[in-house]
Amino acid sequence: MTAPVTPEIPHRRLAGNLPHWTIVLSLLVLAAIVAMAVAAPQLANFEPTELNAVMRLQAGSETYWLGTDSFGRDLYSRIVYGARVSLLVGAGVAAGAIVIGLPLGLLAGWFRGFDAVIMRVMDGMMAIPGILLAIAIVALTKAGLVTVIIAIMLPEIPQVVRLVRSRVLAARAESYVEAAQLLGTPAPRLITRHLLPATVAPLIVQATYIYASAILTEAALSFLGVGIGTEIPTWGNIMAEGRLYFAMRPWLVFWPAIVLSLCILSINLLGDALRDRLDPKMKGRDE
Amino acid sequence: MTIPGLRALGWAAIAAGLFQAGPASAETELNVVMQAPLRTLDPHLSTAQIVRTHGFMVFDTLLGMDAEYKPQPQMADYEISDDGLTYTFTLRDGLTWHDGSPVTAEDCVASLKRWADNDAAGRKMMEYVASIEPSSDKVLVLTLAKPFGHVLELLAKPSPVPPFMMPKRLAETPPGEQVEEMTGSGPFRFVAEEYRPGDRAVYVRNEDYQPRSEPASWTAGGKVVNVDKVVWQAMPDMQTSINALQSGDVDLIEQVAIDLLPLLQMNDEVQIGTINPLGSQVTGRFNHRLPPFDNADIRRAAMYALDQEQLMQTAVGDPEYYTLCASDYGCEVPLASDAGSEYLAGSADERMAKAQELLQSAGYDGTPVLMMQPTDLTILSTQPIVAAERLREAGFTVDVASMDWATLQSRKNGWQPVAEGGWNMLFTYWGVTGIWDPLVHALLDGSGDDNAWSGWPVSPEIEALRADYLVATDLDEQKRLAAEIQQIAYDQGFYYNAGEFQSVAAWRNEISEIQPGPITLFWGVQKSE
Amino acid sequence: MLYYLLRRLLMAVPVMFLIALIVFLILRLTPGDPAQAIAGDQAGPEQIAAIRDSLGLDAPLTVQFFTWIGNMLQGDFGYSLISRRPVLEMIGQRIGPTLALATVAMILTVVISLPLGVVAARRHGQFVDRLVMSLSVLGFSVPIFVIGYVLIGIFAVHLEWFPVQGYKPLSEGLWPFLHRIFLPGLALSSIYIALVSRMTRAAMLEVLGEDYIRTARAKGLSEWVILFRHALRNAAIPILTVVGTGFAMMISGVVVTETVFNIPGLGRLVVDAVLARDYPLIQTIILLTAGTYVVINLLIDLSYALTDPRIRYQ
Repeated sequence: MTAPVTPEIPHRRLAGNLPHWTIVLSLLVLAAIVAMAVAAPQLANFEPTELNAVMRLQAGSETYWLGTDSFGRDLYSRIVYGARVSLLVGAGVAAGAIVIGLPLGLLAGWFRGFDAVIMRVMDGMMAIPGILLAIAIVALTKAGLVTVIIAIMLPEIPQVVRLVRSRVLAARAESYVEAAQLLGTPAPRLITRHLLPATVAPLIVQATYIYASAILTEAALSFLGVGIGTEIPTWGNIMAEGRLYFAMRPWLVFWPAIVLSLCILSINLLGDALRDRLDPKMKGRDE
Repeated sequence: MTIPGLRALGWAAIAAGLFQAGPASAETELNVVMQAPLRTLDPHLSTAQIVRTHGFMVFDTLLGMDAEYKPQPQMADYEISDDGLTYTFTLRDGLTWHDGSPVTAEDCVASLKRWADNDAAGRKMMEYVASIEPSSDKVLVLTLAKPFGHVLELLAKPSPVPPFMMPKRLAETPPGEQVEEMTGSGPFRFVAEEYRPGDRAVYVRNEDYQPRSEPASWTAGGKVVNVDKVVWQAMPDMQTSINALQSGDVDLIEQVAIDLLPLLQMNDEVQIGTINPLGSQVTGRFNHRLPPFDNADIRRAAMYALDQEQLMQTAVGDPEYYTLCASDYGCEVPLASDAGSEYLAGSADERMAKAQELLQSAGYDGTPVLMMQPTDLTILSTQPIVAAERLREAGFTVDVASMDWATLQSRKNGWQPVAEGGWNMLFTYWGVTGIWDPLVHALLDGSGDDNAWSGWPVSPEIEALRADYLVATDLDEQKRLAAEIQQIAYDQGFYYNAGEFQSVAAWRNEISEIQPGPITLFWGVQKSE
Repeated sequence: MLYYLLRRLLMAVPVMFLIALIVFLILRLTPGDPAQAIAGDQAGPEQIAAIRDSLGLDAPLTVQFFTWIGNMLQGDFGYSLISRRPVLEMIGQRIGPTLALATVAMILTVVISLPLGVVAARRHGQFVDRLVMSLSVLGFSVPIFVIGYVLIGIFAVHLEWFPVQGYKPLSEGLWPFLHRIFLPGLALSSIYIALVSRMTRAAMLEVLGEDYIRTARAKGLSEWVILFRHALRNAAIPILTVVGTGFAMMISGVVVTETVFNIPGLGRLVVDAVLARDYPLIQTIILLTAGTYVVINLLIDLSYALTDPRIRYQ
């Protein structure tokens, strides 16, 4: 069985024209968000779980900079702490998807015997809508951080496998790999020395997109009521809890939405920039 | 809110006798957003409020309960023998099922038996019943083997599983299986073709229904339907529902989030009010079979630590719509009692000090409390968080486990150790109609039986008092027993009574004559063009 | 061509079987009890046990799995555990709104994003280009429910141009249908518009550098004819690919959009089914969407041949 006959897609330079300052700005925003996550205890004015029933749904004030939520918790402090979970979810999902997807992709690309089996399983996984799988996994097990990471990660794996596999297939055709093969270089050495490096650049780029979409998916799961519990603030569950009060206190939704969107915007822009620098031939996130 | 008066009586007479032809004007359709989606239809099998409300649309009951908590004739009149052991029910004339066949005593006997199989209080009653038999087409006789004081109350009770009547062939559905055909004898017909489970249910006026001549009062009296069609919709988003009400897409929202009332109060096309005057009690249940709550002192410490006002304020907000009281049977019912209120008295700080002291002297060893929290049920999602904070302050170690409501419900049924999927504490709420006496109140069951509702407290004293209650017919005697039971339940920390909240409905000005009741009732309601 | 089609269809069989197995196992190996969902929270254990017995969930898993597969092969998709309605009937009731929503979103995507992409490519490097590109990144970065709320806030509540919620089928008239489906369609299409306009722009840039475009220009054809007739047609393949792979993304958008706009579609049905542990319903819906995904991608592969004569199938 051969590879699907998907035609070669002309390469694109999605962000080739992005001015330098957008990249600098994205880096600054990301640095700020990472700093926010790391220094959350110092930055926050309150414990993110500290309740005050009398001070529910307050508007912004000197004490509560961005107001309070329906438990009377400080919105600003929760958003600051929320950065931790969102970044963690993004990192966990990206790392997990690559750790699992990379070896599978290498195997599928190099050993024809594995290819058919692995790719059929991946096709199957890709066909199951990620959000439905994630809803099922989270709802049916336990709404904890690890479950959410796993649930979001699983649907991302096939993307990684396909990307790595396509890179390996391309690399196999390169003359230096053929030469090494003819010289009798053992497979493990061949893979680590010649094939793996070819996948690094596209993987880094892919990782940024997985990172961004994981944060969005976490928010969507929280929105649907199957996310991480409210004792751990995430931008997603802050918005989900705030949405009941949207008409009265729209900032309960807008503040976390702005931070979340800025964060994802920056990651996406950075991904585009990285793609240009590292991997001008990359075919894209969308195949 | 309007209370039906003579006008309802007039309408009843008109509908009963003269006008069978239906309205001359255009069809009136009532569009309602219900508090929960309707997914199952069998009102015997489900304890969910929405299914009960559906039950009262399609099905009828032998007796109804009026606003004075008195059982009244509905499908049947009754007579009680002098020794109080024989109840004779005579079906009134003109009762037919929606398929046109007449309602018979045989149907009703089968329905009663099926109901009793599915209702905890009904099962209890059957322990006292010698037989239920039809004696003619129209008459059925219930004979007690030993005295039981609550036959009429149970047959009229509106919650959690009312004894709805259905044709014999449906009532003989095997146990545990759902009745799927919606053939009742109630004032509305269910339109099966337009039913979309979880989304939409449609009812039309039952033109053959003959209402009683008395004015409607709760589920008793004449059920006179003044609209042609009632359409229930589920809207998962409260904001969306409110938008829909304001724009006129719907006429009535059964339950509005209290926090959002200010949005509606500004709108002069919309009114808000309480349909069910009794409200619901929020309950924090301890698992008596697992440490640390297998120790009564530790349960009491937890009760001192928790604070009704804080719990209610966070869940409901506006104090106008919640009530703080000690009564386990509801704040405003005949059996209401303040026994045990010492556990709720004093300031929150004073009680916290007591809690800390008691917890220490009880030798609490730091065993974590696993508190279950539902993520997808707004009304119960705040209490576990608020309670966990207070318990931690008192010295407890608390793990909040967030999960969806379905998981929580099935997890609550098991008593294995926490590490194997058990639990220590959960919050639920109960319509006051379902807990208003020691017979129906599931959380006051002191049998410790595996088949009791989750929590499994053991108290022979309470069981003895509850047995006395079953045969007590005098109200003062019932009150005394209920208060004693409540005191013991507090002393032994059966559960934490977290206060009562009201459901608030909102409707457009075109809607009038909404009937107060233990659930939302759709007879009586009028809609002007 | 026919051989290729057959081979692809055959390849889909093990894939679908795998999906069925994965879904079945995930659902059955996790806690939760549909009997509880039927009985409600105030029911006692005895009653729940009776209901569970009647549902036949106590049979061994392997038996349940193969019974399910066997029945499906005979066209019997089973009954909802909760509402006792045939699963296909329930899906049939809900699929219309979802299809309508997806179609409108797709049309909006094409109508909005193709011109945007073409214009951006034409004005490559200029202000318009940067604006389009920046907006498209924004489209990826804002959660769909936030977009939905903003749209409702502005266009329905404030300006009152559209109804705030709900769905009317096409059978009730074109205007009521469009009037209600437009905002949700727009919300759902936001991410696609971002995706497809970027892709169009990139593909157009590629094509605009080709010789035949220069030839066309030399022949003096009008700029719009060149852009839309010649260039866009040749840029169609990557665009189609995006549309196909975007299907999975659309499902996720559909679930959220249906909730925000109160559209009684499949997305809400499946979320409710998961929360109530309605196994047959969940399984069938996931299989259905997975099957749709497989078919759409097959169609897209086939359409390459139609749009690009250079492609041949083995």
